[in-house]
Amino acid sequence: MSHATPIKSAPVIECAECALEEPDRRPTDWAAQAIAVETKNLSRAVVDKVLVRDISVQVQKGEVLAVVGPSGAGKSSFLRLLNRLDEATDGTVLLDGEDYRAIAPRELRRRIGMVMQMAYLFPGTVAGNIAFGPLQRHETMSQEQIEALLDRVGLPGYQGRDVSTLSGGEAQRVSLARTLANSPEVLLLDEPTSALDEASARGIEELVLGVIRERQMTCVIVTHDMQQAARIADRTIHLEAGKLVAIVPTNGVSHAG
Amino acid sequence: MAQAAGAVTLCLAVVLICRRFVVHVERETMLSLVRGLVQMVFVGMVLALLLHGNALVGILILLAMTFAAAVTASRRAQGLKDALLLCFYAIAAGAGVVIAGMLAIGTLSPAIAILVPVGSMIIANAMNACAQSIERFSSDVTAHVGQIEAGLALGAEPAVTVAPYVQSAVYASLLPRLDMLKSLGLVWIPGVMAGMMVSGASPIYAGIYQFILVAMILAASGIAGLLVTLFIRKRAFSAAAQLTLRPREPHKPKHASVDAQ
Repeated sequence: MSHATPIKSAPVIECAECALEEPDRRPTDWAAQAIAVETKNLSRAVVDKVLVRDISVQVQKGEVLAVVGPSGAGKSSFLRLLNRLDEATDGTVLLDGEDYRAIAPRELRRRIGMVMQMAYLFPGTVAGNIAFGPLQRHETMSQEQIEALLDRVGLPGYQGRDVSTLSGGEAQRVSLARTLANSPEVLLLDEPTSALDEASARGIEELVLGVIRERQMTCVIVTHDMQQAARIADRTIHLEAGKLVAIVPTNGVSHAG
Repeated sequence: MAQAAGAVTLCLAVVLICRRFVVHVERETMLSLVRGLVQMVFVGMVLALLLHGNALVGILILLAMTFAAAVTASRRAQGLKDALLLCFYAIAAGAGVVIAGMLAIGTLSPAIAILVPVGSMIIANAMNACAQSIERFSSDVTAHVGQIEAGLALGAEPAVTVAPYVQSAVYASLLPRLDMLKSLGLVWIPGVMAGMMVSGASPIYAGIYQFILVAMILAASGIAGLLVTLFIRKRAFSAAAQLTLRPREPHKPKHASVDAQ
């Protein structure tokens, strides 16, 4: 299944224009990590606009990569290409060394989970939302499994709650738990805190960090907040007009465990 | 002609009353009256010429009507590939199954003077059901893109993510026909029944025949609405399970502000 490729030990600078603004502060054992996700000349153009332009980047297993840039820079468009919610017009993505077009979309999206800017919960109970992903593969989650996930995201006893009664922060926690129920290898986060107040945003951020650390997950997070990127990411990539212009080691927090 | 003149006079009187209340519909009413009269005289002439044709001629006329209905219904599905063809298939299947069934059990005579008017009623209702299904499904899907993509992102089949919108689209297309059936005889006495009674048929027989006709209209509409929704559901996603039926993007300024800190 896995075709992991050893990576370079030096800071990874994949584009000619990239400026290394700081020395690599990633823990030394990153070098020994395999590549979880690699984009190769990834591009997407719609009728009259190039959204993502020729992006090649490698994300190592267990690494947190932040994607920053101005509005309209193509951050979310880039993220949506990673789990194939949109189709690349050129280039591809390798997941564990395998071209993701060779993986059935449903299986690919189980392996690459995504939390969106808005929670987009399905009408019904919190438990129903959490069990949704496994149910698509005809797997039934036990009450204990659902409770354990809710405990982990800080919502004990919420399984019977109707989603319409949740606050924005609670809904986003359920959204995270719903994605985690699929046991993804890679977690994509599309500005998961941007619609929340400061306190809820910090809570979600800490929760995400904790979960990533526990599960040794690979994570790509889109954020407009450079400070947030610095707090949680190992490296940050800067996009402008769909183009990768810089890769900066940030490494504010170690996720190596 | 005197009767037509009487009907026109009554309409003109209403136009004058409207004008008194500063509602100006003079031009539109005149145009509609002239157009309606000319069209109906023309259709009458065509039918009079074809009256002695065989069932094959009748079927060809119904096919032409089905095509015209598909053109009208497909206008609700702009941007969807092969919309005209999909609407044609759905209307042809809905109306075709019902008309064939009625012919087979003898409810409908193959005589062109009966086949074409009754068939046209069934086709027209299948067309409306088709258009209503498309409209409802498209608007529901484009209003719930986030939720649908959340489902896709969790590994759901495309059909699962839009299942509630398929249900509501088919239901919405059937609702007017269900209301029609419920109010039959209580709120309105349809034209076929009225016509049969005027031409001397038994009111009970005319009533039963009208009921059969409305029930068949419901069946044809159900088939057409369901089929077109299923066809469009398939077209709403790419082969890689990506949602392609989306609202048109609003125009954005070329140089957006920088919000990175």
